[in-house]
Amino acid sequence: MKQKHTATVLSQREIAPDIFDMWIGTPLAAEAKPGQFLGIYPGDRSTLLPRPISICETGTKAGGSGQADALRIVYRIAGAGTREFSGYREGDAISILGNLGNGFPLEQGTGKRAFLMGGGIGVPPILELAKRLDAEKRIIVGYRDAGLFLKEDLEKYGTVYVATEDGSAGTKGNVMDAIRENGLEADVIFACGPMPMLRAIRAYAAEHHIPAYISLEEHMACGVGACLGCVVKTAKEDRHSHVHNARICTDGPVFEAQDVDI
Amino acid sequence: MNTHVTLAGVTIKNPVMTASGTFGSGMEYSEFVDLNRLGAVVTKGVANVPWPGNPTPRVAEVYGGMLNAIGLQNPGVDVLLERDIPFLKQYDTKVIVNVCGKTVEDYIEVVEKLGEEQAVSMLEINVSCPNVKEGAIAFGQKADALYDITKEVKRHAKQPVIMKLSPNVTDIAEMAKAAEAAGADALSLINTITGMKIDIHRRRFALANKTGGMSGPAVKPIAVRMVYQAAQAVKIPIIGMGGIANGEDAVEFLLAGATAVSVGAMNFVNPCACAEVAEGIERYMEQYHIENVTDLIGAVQE
Repeated sequence: MKQKHTATVLSQREIAPDIFDMWIGTPLAAEAKPGQFLGIYPGDRSTLLPRPISICETGTKAGGSGQADALRIVYRIAGAGTREFSGYREGDAISILGNLGNGFPLEQGTGKRAFLMGGGIGVPPILELAKRLDAEKRIIVGYRDAGLFLKEDLEKYGTVYVATEDGSAGTKGNVMDAIRENGLEADVIFACGPMPMLRAIRAYAAEHHIPAYISLEEHMACGVGACLGCVVKTAKEDRHSHVHNARICTDGPVFEAQDVDI
Repeated sequence: MNTHVTLAGVTIKNPVMTASGTFGSGMEYSEFVDLNRLGAVVTKGVANVPWPGNPTPRVAEVYGGMLNAIGLQNPGVDVLLERDIPFLKQYDTKVIVNVCGKTVEDYIEVVEKLGEEQAVSMLEINVSCPNVKEGAIAFGQKADALYDITKEVKRHAKQPVIMKLSPNVTDIAEMAKAAEAAGADALSLINTITGMKIDIHRRRFALANKTGGMSGPAVKPIAVRMVYQAAQAVKIPIIGMGGIANGEDAVEFLLAGATAVSVGAMNFVNPCACAEVAEGIERYMEQYHIENVTDLIGAVQE
């Protein structure tokens, strides 16, 4: 069940330049799956549309175990809306719509050697995925520079390999370079990141004959499948319009890489 | 309190509808809104065959609104009849199907297929989409072309015909009169206003289509003005739309001369918006002791 409601900010801090880490108290946490996202509405009425932001982690307000009632998002300031969010403090109200999208198919990784790959602001959804995936996990994350946000969180759930564009940490280059440099192999890939990275992963997966589940993004308006703003070309006929255009917000954002034309 | 209004012989329980293209065929939003609360659901435009629409990016936010260039992606009338109409039949709301086409023949084919479906109360003819190169808006920007397509559709339509007008014209009154003269049963306006956004950091157009249709609260004053001008020019009822976010906005359109209103882009901002607009109209009626919502239609005073 999707719902829009006003939730409460539990905490927020800046964990790298322009990268913010916020916990939100919400009952949506109980059903949230890795790879799903929230639509977050700015309060400023000049910026109307919900901002699609991936769910980074689920947890509890008290910090212990039990039924999840808090969601963590880690996002980059990209414009007026996210700049507004970055000013929210503990106790502030935040208007959210969730849980949106399909999420990563965890069962496809069970018992296998899996690459969990995140690039830049695509790293956050990899955290909850790493927590829940029952696989032999190799976590490969790419950053611009040594601002390695979430790296320590990820290390709790698997071996982490880092690539940085400027070479200031880990492999100099991108996540594909890190795979080659470390001689890594996998039976399945889960990934979120910028389009060039996803294209490279799609090609790698085809070459190695392994499945790759990649999370896409696109400019969205409604977030619930009505406006048809956020489509991606697909190999198979989509279930809405039958024109090989799947809706990233509802049919995705996670797709098997060979099913989409990116 | 009586919130019923009648459009071309079709009585709806309240004057609130969904603007075409912002509400799919109701399925996606039925998780958020009780569709029984709405006067009518107006479906996304449907053509004779599936249309793939435009490349992405298709949407962009602008100050107080948005641009879209979806390009009328739709599954075609057959899927609408097999899947979407049976879904909408479960609800106590009227169904209005928005029809798009590239040629007169396209429109007629859809209109004829819908003619057999009892559950479709009215047809809304989209001659005003700014995002499709052929057809569509070409019929909606010249009075004589609008007259001809209206006449042709009316010859084949079994249901009352609403012509959806473009604001991208010099004289909306002239367009309204042309549609009325050709036999249109009602008008809806405004469709989106052609706009453009450039991303100065990437030095690229925000939309792949370069231009898109602007909607949202920022366009409301333009829409209210055009509804007023059209209402002054014709006798047929008008469905007013453009940036309606709440009951007060809807009342403004009614006072300007609209018989009913549609909620569009604000559905994206608030998935419960259209039900809240219906409630807001009722609150206004209570506050000002208005017995019949029809008393508000065109009631603005100089």
